[in-house]
Amino acid sequence: MTATPPPLAVHGLTLGYGDRVVLKDVAFTVKRGEIFIIMGGSGSGKSTVLRHLIGLGEPVKGAVFYGGVDFTTATADERNAILRRIGVLFQSGALWTSMTLLENVALPLEEYTDLTPGEIRDVASLKLDLVGLPGFEDYYPSEVSGGMQKRAALARAIALDPDVLLFDEPSAGLDPVSSRHLDDLILQLRDSLGATIVVVTHELASILAIGDDSIFLDADTRTAIAGGSPKELLAQSTDPRVLRFLTRGAEGAPGGRTNG
Amino acid sequence: MELTEQATFAVGSDAGNGALSIRLSGAWTLRRGLPSAERIEHELAARRPSAVVFEVHELGAWDSALVTFLRHIEALCTRHHVAMHREALPAGVQRLLALAGAVREQPSVRRVSSRMPRVARLGTAALDLAANGVRTVTFIGDVTLATGRFVRGTARFRFRDLAVLVQECGARALPIVTLISVLVGMILAFVGAVQLERFGAQIYVADLVGVAMVREMGCIMTGIIMAGRTGSGFAAQIGTMQVTQEVDALTTLGIPAVDFLVLPRIVALCVMMPVLCVYADVLGIGGGAVVGVGMLDLTLPQYVHETASAITFANFAVGVAKSVVFGAVVGIAGCLRGMQAGRSSAAVGDAATSAVVTGIVLIIAADGVFAVLFNMLGI
Repeated sequence: MTATPPPLAVHGLTLGYGDRVVLKDVAFTVKRGEIFIIMGGSGSGKSTVLRHLIGLGEPVKGAVFYGGVDFTTATADERNAILRRIGVLFQSGALWTSMTLLENVALPLEEYTDLTPGEIRDVASLKLDLVGLPGFEDYYPSEVSGGMQKRAALARAIALDPDVLLFDEPSAGLDPVSSRHLDDLILQLRDSLGATIVVVTHELASILAIGDDSIFLDADTRTAIAGGSPKELLAQSTDPRVLRFLTRGAEGAPGGRTNG
Repeated sequence: MELTEQATFAVGSDAGNGALSIRLSGAWTLRRGLPSAERIEHELAARRPSAVVFEVHELGAWDSALVTFLRHIEALCTRHHVAMHREALPAGVQRLLALAGAVREQPSVRRVSSRMPRVARLGTAALDLAANGVRTVTFIGDVTLATGRFVRGTARFRFRDLAVLVQECGARALPIVTLISVLVGMILAFVGAVQLERFGAQIYVADLVGVAMVREMGCIMTGIIMAGRTGSGFAAQIGTMQVTQEVDALTTLGIPAVDFLVLPRIVALCVMMPVLCVYADVLGIGGGAVVGVGMLDLTLPQYVHETASAITFANFAVGVAKSVVFGAVVGIAGCLRGMQAGRSSAAVGDAATSAVVTGIVLIIAADGVFAVLFNMLGI
């Protein structure tokens, strides 16, 4: 037994809707301060895993542990206490469109801290500055670009200084440069906040740039078929499905590697 | 484990070099709130130190609260032209401070909250109203053109959509129309009975209920019901399609959104409203009969006979004709508000609300116009 339980551990998770099993027997452990990637092709159930990690879906079997506490069987109050220590960046940003960027970031602070309105404004401004949006406090989400919306959503996700940050396709809909900036930002936030980060993505560049550890979900077998550092997977994996993914189909494809 | 001590700081002067030293202690977390930095500002102004340094040996847990506080001090230092030495701070804090200051604010970015003078606001409101009027007229023009195409059979929409909409506006609306029209018929009969009984003229309850239901209440009540359940639904649906760019996708394909989305909805309502109206008439009269027979010692054949002799074909036709117009009004109001909706979740809600309000107002206004018109025509 280690002295402190891991920030996030998943045991034998089987997910499904009704009778249809989407994923079975997914298990992984995320170590403190690392960036963990959940990768896989479209339809492999990556986002479904994330939804179940934050209680938006109930697993058929298995359990999710945050810091050693069982999230799956927790009561509503216990869940809320756990969720307060988790920040989530949704795929589309999911900023509240009727609130300014500052109000979006301030809402979790208003709900869960006893800070005065002035202090909340200061903290929320700090978060917007951290994601590189100084001066955009009073803009509405529809008035800023997609990349800025993503970063504002990130500011909201880190509003309460979470222990665990969950990102669903952070670079979806961003150009390569913005996507790269977001990756850098994720790394910087990890280093400075000391948060543990779980990223659901299929962006190869991001996976290789920021991933410390990973799990690879396969759409056909509906389970995890590989895991480990993405760079090592690329160098050492012999599984054609994993290689095909990590090389964008250049290698490991049926009939591939003929000239190698 | 988190320290239980409150976040505090002590201000002292560094020996020799005239620097202001701030000793941070306790747990600086968002949950506990922040101490006021007023004292530091005071010290900065009074002592005019050469620099600000930090001592963090007693600092416990920290998060953004500490960074926020330090940024505040940083701003104070800048204002008093004093250097702030970050070196003693924990590495994570230094990194966060650096990251927060990494992107310089663009000078023109920040919003200056400008409150327009009253006259300007009045003018803007008037211009908005005029623009809204133009949009509405344009929309009604588009719908008219689309109706022309529909009649000629060249309008581009899917008949399956129309069939689903007819079902939605017709069969699905039956339960609520049943409930409301029976109740309205009973209420009319009850109110009439109380008054007419005093003259011994109970039998005329049947006339009252019959004429009122067929000529006015049947079509108005179904119109209002449809404005509430279907008009708002149309507005929300089309508004959401605006948000998700589905309307743009149609336009890009060269399919007029008015043909594809608006026309089938208006047609469905215009077709089903008269049917619902007749249904409401019959049930309303039935509701009246229940009260008439139950309360007033009238027999059912008496009541039915009296009703039949009271209702003329003209009355019936007036009600049905009005219901077609009300159907068009509800459909146009719903679709118009949906097409005009802004691209946010709140805007979709506003569109739905506005569709109901517009629909009901227009129904009552149109009914008033009809009353005058039919009076002049002597129908």
